[in-house]
Amino acid sequence: MTTTELKDPPISKRLAKNIKRNFIERVIEIILMFAALAATFITLGIVYILITEAAGFFEEVSVIEFLTSKQWSPLFEDAHYGILPLVSGTLTTSLIALSVAIPIGTIAAIYLSEFASHKTRESVKPILELLVGVPTVVFGYFALLFVTPLLQKLNPDLPTFNMLGAGIVMGVMIIPYIASVAEDAMRAVPMNMREGSYAMGATKFQTAIRVVTPAATSGIIAAYILGISRAVGETMVVAIAAGQQPTFTFNPLEGAATITAYIVQVAMGDLPHGSLGYQSIFAAGMVLFILTFIFNILGHMARKRFAERY
Amino acid sequence: MEIDKMDSEHSLIKPKTLNEVRAMIRKHKRKDFIFSSIGLLTIIFALLTLLILFVDLVMDGYPKLNYQFFTDFPSRRAAHAGILSAWVGSSLIMLVTFVTAVPMGVAAGVYLEEYAPKNWFTDIVEINVTNLAGVPSIIYGLLALGLFVYTFHLGQTIVTAGLTLGLLMLPIVIVSTREAIRSIPIAIREAAYAVGATKWQVVLHHVIQYSFGGILTGIIIGMARALGETAPIITVGALTFIAFLPPAPITSVAPFISFEWLQSGFTVLPIQMFSWLSRPEHAFHINAAAAGAVIIMLTLVMNGTAIWLRYRIRKNIKW
Repeated sequence: MTTTELKDPPISKRLAKNIKRNFIERVIEIILMFAALAATFITLGIVYILITEAAGFFEEVSVIEFLTSKQWSPLFEDAHYGILPLVSGTLTTSLIALSVAIPIGTIAAIYLSEFASHKTRESVKPILELLVGVPTVVFGYFALLFVTPLLQKLNPDLPTFNMLGAGIVMGVMIIPYIASVAEDAMRAVPMNMREGSYAMGATKFQTAIRVVTPAATSGIIAAYILGISRAVGETMVVAIAAGQQPTFTFNPLEGAATITAYIVQVAMGDLPHGSLGYQSIFAAGMVLFILTFIFNILGHMARKRFAERY
Repeated sequence: MEIDKMDSEHSLIKPKTLNEVRAMIRKHKRKDFIFSSIGLLTIIFALLTLLILFVDLVMDGYPKLNYQFFTDFPSRRAAHAGILSAWVGSSLIMLVTFVTAVPMGVAAGVYLEEYAPKNWFTDIVEINVTNLAGVPSIIYGLLALGLFVYTFHLGQTIVTAGLTLGLLMLPIVIVSTREAIRSIPIAIREAAYAVGATKWQVVLHHVIQYSFGGILTGIIIGMARALGETAPIITVGALTFIAFLPPAPITSVAPFISFEWLQSGFTVLPIQMFSWLSRPEHAFHINAAAAGAVIIMLTLVMNGTAIWLRYRIRKNIKW
C-alpha cells in the first residue's frame, strides 16, 4: 500500500485550475444574465410587433379618425375605423365587473383580515387562491348559459349576448383576486396599531374602518387597480357572452364587442397576413396594451408605496 | 348640585351617566355584530355562487363524461364528439411550454436574486417582469402571431403555441423563484463560501436545492394557468376542428424519437370548449360543459397541489 500524496500540486497547476474555474463561473453568469434579459426582450418584442404592424394600419387610416369616429367596421365593404365603440364596450363591461367585485371583495377582505377567526381565514384563503386559477373560458360558459338566462327571466327583452351578464360574471371572477390582494395589504398593517386603537376603547368595526383601512389604503387601491387591469384585458368571458357587434353604447342591456372580443373574432376567421383587417387587430391591441400598462404602473406604484410604509 | 351643573356646562364633553355609556357600548357592539354578519354572509354568498356555477357545469356535462368522450375526435354530431385531439394537443403544448419556460424562468430568477448588481439595468429588468405579469394574455397572442408565425415562420403549429404559453408563464416562474430564493438565510451561503465553494456551486448545491419546493409551486401554478389559457392560442391560430392526432413522438424505427409533432396543427381543451360553446345547438353546449368540467378538475388539482405544497414548506421550515 502506498501512502496518500499529501503534497500540494505545483503552483502553476493550481493557477491553471483557478483560471478554468473562474472562466466557467463567468460563462454561467453570462448565461443566467441572458435568461433575465429575456423578460426585457419580451416587452421589447411586444412593443416592436404592435408598433410595426399598427404602423401599416395608420398609413391607411388617420389617427384622428381612429380616435374620434364612432363606427368600427374594418371587415365590411363600408369600412370605418373608429376605436370608440370597442373602448365603450370594454369600459362598460369593466365598470359592471368592478361594481360587483369592489364592494364584495373589500367587505370580504375586511372580514377575513379583522373579524374572521384564524381557522376561517386559513380555510378561506386557499379557496380564494384556487378560484383565482380557474380558466376564464369556463366563466364564459357561466355568463352565456347560466347568468344570462337568469337575467332574461327578470327582463325578457334582454338579448342573448349582452354586456350585463358578461360584466357580472367577470366581477364574480375578479372577487377572489381583489379580496386576496386587499387582505394581504390589511394583514400587513402592524398589530400595535390595532392594539392602540383597542386600548382607546374602539370596537373591532371602528378599528377596521378608522385605523386599518386608512393605513392599508395604498395596498387596497393597488388591489382595485390590478382588478381593473384584469377586467380590461379579460377576453374569453366577453368574447363568448357580450356579443361581437361593435356598438358605441354604454347601455349594459345591449350587446357590444370589446377590444379583446374583436381581436378574437378576427383571429378566428383567417385574414391574410398584411391586410388592413389583420393590421387592425394590432392597432386595437396597442390601445389595450397602453390602457393596461397605465393601470399596471399605477398599481405597482401604489403597492410599492404601501410596502415602504412600515 | 350647583357646582356639578356648572362643570358640565363649561367642559367641552358632557359627562355621561353610566346608563348612557352602557347604551353607547351596546350600540357599538351591535354595529360590530352587524358588520361581522355582513362580512360572513358576503363571503358565503360569493363562495356559494361560485359553487353553484361549478355544480351546474358538472351537472350539465355529466351525461357526456364517460370513457368515450376522451377517445373520440370532434364530430359534426354532438353525440359522437369527444376531446381526444384536444387533450393530446394540450399535453404536447404543455411539454413545449415546460421545456422552454422552466429553465429560462429559474435561471432569470436566480440571476436577479443572486448575481444582479444593484443598478439601473437590474431595475429595468425588474420593472419588466412585474409589468409582464399584468399584460393581458391576448397581447402575448398578438406578439406570437407577429413574431413566431410571420417573422420566424414557425407556422400555426404546436411549437408556436408552446412557445407562446412559455412566454406567458415566464414571469410567474421568475417571481416565484425569486420569492423562494429570498427566504433562504444569508448564513447558508456564507457557510458554503467559507469552505471554498464558488458562487455557482453555492447556487447549484444549496440555493436551488433549498428553494426547490417554492420554485415547484410556481411552476405548477404557471402550468395550470397555461393549460387554461384560450385567447393567445386563438390568435396564433388553433384550429377548432381537428380529426387527427399529431405524429407520435416515439417511433418504431431508429432514432426512435421524432420531432415531427412540433410542426403539426393542433387544438387544445379550452379552445374545444369555446368552439362548442359558440354553436347554437344545445347538444354541443353539453359537450362544452363536459370539457369545462375536465378543465376545471385539472386546474383545481394542479393549483390545489401547489397550495398544499406551499403550506407544507411553510410548516417545515427549519432555519
